[in-house]
Amino acid sequence: MSGEEKPKRGWLGGLFGKPEPASSAVLEAEPPAPSDDTPPEPVAYDVDEGMAGAAPKLSWFQRLKSGLAKTSTQLTRGITDVFTKRKLDASTLEDLEDLLIQADLGIETAHKIAARLKAERYEKSISPEDVRAVLASEIAKVLEPVAKPLLVDPAHKPHVVLMVGVNGTGKTTTIGKLAERYRKDGLKVMLAAGDTFRAAAIDQLKIWAARTGADIIARDVGSEAASLAFDAMTQAKADGCDLLLIDTAGRLQNKDGLMQELEKIVRVIKKVDPAAPHDVLLTLDATTGQNALNQVEVFKARAGVTGLVMTKLDGTARGGILVAIAAKYGLPVHAIGVGEGADDLQAFDAAEFGRAIAGE
Amino acid sequence: MFESLSDRLSSVFTRLTGRGALSEADVNDAMREVRRALLEADVALDVVRSFTDKVRAKAVGQAVLKSVTPGQLVVKIVHDELVTMLGSDAQPIDLNAAAPVAILMVGLQGSGKTTTSAKIGKRLTDRDRKKVLLASLDTRRPAAQEQLRVLGEQTGVATLPIVPGEGPTQIASRAMMAARLGGYDVVILDTAGRTHIDEELMAETATIRDLTNPHETLLVADALTGQDAVNLAKSFNEKVGITGIVLTRVDGDGRGGAALSMRAVTGKPIKLIGTGEKWDALEDFYPDRIAGRILGMGDVVSLVDKAMQTIDATKATAIAEKMRKGVFDLEDMAEQLAQMERMGGMGAVMGMMPGMGKAKDQMAAAGFSEKSLKRQKAIIQSMTPQERRNPKVLDGKRKRRIAAGSGTDAAEINKLLKMHRQMADMMKMMSQKKGMFGKMMGGMMGAPGGAGGMPGEAEMARMQSELAQLDPKALEQLSPELRDLVASATPTPGKGAQAQLQLPKGLPGLGGGGRLPGLPGLGGMKLPGLPGLPGFGGKKK
Repeated sequence: MSGEEKPKRGWLGGLFGKPEPASSAVLEAEPPAPSDDTPPEPVAYDVDEGMAGAAPKLSWFQRLKSGLAKTSTQLTRGITDVFTKRKLDASTLEDLEDLLIQADLGIETAHKIAARLKAERYEKSISPEDVRAVLASEIAKVLEPVAKPLLVDPAHKPHVVLMVGVNGTGKTTTIGKLAERYRKDGLKVMLAAGDTFRAAAIDQLKIWAARTGADIIARDVGSEAASLAFDAMTQAKADGCDLLLIDTAGRLQNKDGLMQELEKIVRVIKKVDPAAPHDVLLTLDATTGQNALNQVEVFKARAGVTGLVMTKLDGTARGGILVAIAAKYGLPVHAIGVGEGADDLQAFDAAEFGRAIAGE
Repeated sequence: MFESLSDRLSSVFTRLTGRGALSEADVNDAMREVRRALLEADVALDVVRSFTDKVRAKAVGQAVLKSVTPGQLVVKIVHDELVTMLGSDAQPIDLNAAAPVAILMVGLQGSGKTTTSAKIGKRLTDRDRKKVLLASLDTRRPAAQEQLRVLGEQTGVATLPIVPGEGPTQIASRAMMAARLGGYDVVILDTAGRTHIDEELMAETATIRDLTNPHETLLVADALTGQDAVNLAKSFNEKVGITGIVLTRVDGDGRGGAALSMRAVTGKPIKLIGTGEKWDALEDFYPDRIAGRILGMGDVVSLVDKAMQTIDATKATAIAEKMRKGVFDLEDMAEQLAQMERMGGMGAVMGMMPGMGKAKDQMAAAGFSEKSLKRQKAIIQSMTPQERRNPKVLDGKRKRRIAAGSGTDAAEINKLLKMHRQMADMMKMMSQKKGMFGKMMGGMMGAPGGAGGMPGEAEMARMQSELAQLDPKALEQLSPELRDLVASATPTPGKGAQAQLQLPKGLPGLGGGGRLPGLPGLGGMKLPGLPGLPGFGGKKK
């Protein structure tokens, strides 16, 4: 469903523009053990991410399922327990809400979604399969409007993307993956090592540049990030780059001084090109709980975030906070990170995400 | 953003007055709010369930004392239970083993292992006089080893030389060997971030563990973690066997419910918390502080600690002396402003105060901001010493001069003078009531967030009644806007202060004390701490 709305162009368009991710072929070929009541038996599971190389790529959804099978929290079983041959009554709805809360949707959002289910099916008999399908589609409804790929406008020379986020959410890694993707598309990409604070962040980005064949502009640790951004803008313009990816140091959103620094970086970028940055991407760690809402709110207000990338969906975290964020802020979710390898960045698929949270 | 639990409970219990004991129905209502508060703080659902069951069992049938509202009583029970579950005593890193003692750092990607390794290294070097070797086993993230090397340089802690091409287990053996040969006391092994379901990498960690036989295996976890905290803590504990938890990014504005979840599912203590990007921003874990935070009650103890560290003792004594006489001039006010700045600005101070979210917004609306603090300081600095000691001499001409000197205008100077007058009035009042404040603060200083020398119940009750007497008068002295402010910070003026007073064991009087007299003067935020000075040397570390 979400597929039709997706524009044809764009970096993920070719690979992931269809309703099912391209990797669904793998999904069919190698069905995971039914996660319901099987004991946590090691399922054929992609150990990792780029490093392992030859191993077949599993979709995020599939990884999540096998991951969850190994932990105590098995959402699917939970729902089955709740719903086997039962009427959808108040206590059942409450249990359902709890299950959503466990996926980090937050109380409000979990309640709203449960309420929708109530409006449709209250006091009717409903099978577990139905519940999951309805639940998944309710979640997908919230997420569909925000599932939009990142579009690099060729009219912009360069198209400027600023990465922002809390420490350790995966900004530098995501830039590396984006660079890989766009280099494959044949774009001329420049990286700006704007994280001048964390030791070795610059080296980390340099390695990514070497891996992906992107240009890089970097200065010494401790130098002024805004001035580096300015130089990067001028340089990328002069070199005729298609895409400039600017890294920034991680910062907690409640550190006013650091947020001011970020505002300054944006101001300085605008000096070179008033329309830039064309995209300000906030990376969100999937394991983060309710604080992600604060992160979005503050980074949006201070740095003008235009889109989100959710990272670290290769664990057991389901990133349900994204549903709350979508409902409240409606910011596009451009991609999800599912590993450390260069190609572990996937399109955000609302239906798939909904299914994963509903444990369908 | 979130209402504090005490605010919520007070609305649950509004119908309920003067009844003998908490009935089951009352408690059930309250538990719904408790559940909500805990879930909003990211405590994992299973943990919330068992927690509310425990609290429910304790709360039903509890006699409600006259001096306490049912809401306060429940908050107290909840808080105490939280503290118990979080682990009542601080557990430091254990180095009681044959040198070199290995410390293995594990955790998800981006949880802060490398930074924490460096911080622990520095702490053990500086505080415990240990010879520490840092070794990065992270061969996966680009430049991770380089990062630790740089951090070692910055913190002055030795790092294992990088040999390209080595695998994690090889590096681990080499690190242990180098430590033995080099006579190191401690080896900190920083591993690559890994997801807990990554069997291969978890097995690798287990191999490293068997190879190095670490005395401590610390799980580094983000304080902002949501419901998944239980999964990751459980998995790491089962597969690697952790001995403790380090909670990072506690300086964020998350509520830190993950701490409770992880502690509950692993039973392992939280040993340290990371509180900032500086090297010394690593602190011992105090359960009651996190408990207060999870309940949305601010971090009053930390505030007091911070105040004590930043207040210059001699200056403070001088001010305290003046206060006793009821004198408070602009120099004192400047000192207050400076102290506030040293504590990290008003935002930081307010952030640590309970229920201050709203007040903070209102203050911003009323034009009190970090900038206005600075401007006020500039105004005072543009005055002559004579003017500062005796603001009455300020006439139009002098004000024009000061305005020019500080880049402000006469209106702003007048505002400052008005504020100063209010503070001075408060001061006078406090000097008359100093008996109470002295006691209160004495008690607070003596109780470093533990059960130490706190005032007993009876004393608390007396202090409360004294404070209750003070309140209306104090409030009358305030300008309307400030009165609103105080009112908003404390649900119902007189009662609210009591509520805070009554709250948790470890924080007697802090809420009320820090809040009421502090707010009106802005700069006076930690004034109440001053009269307690006598008892202050003993506590300070």
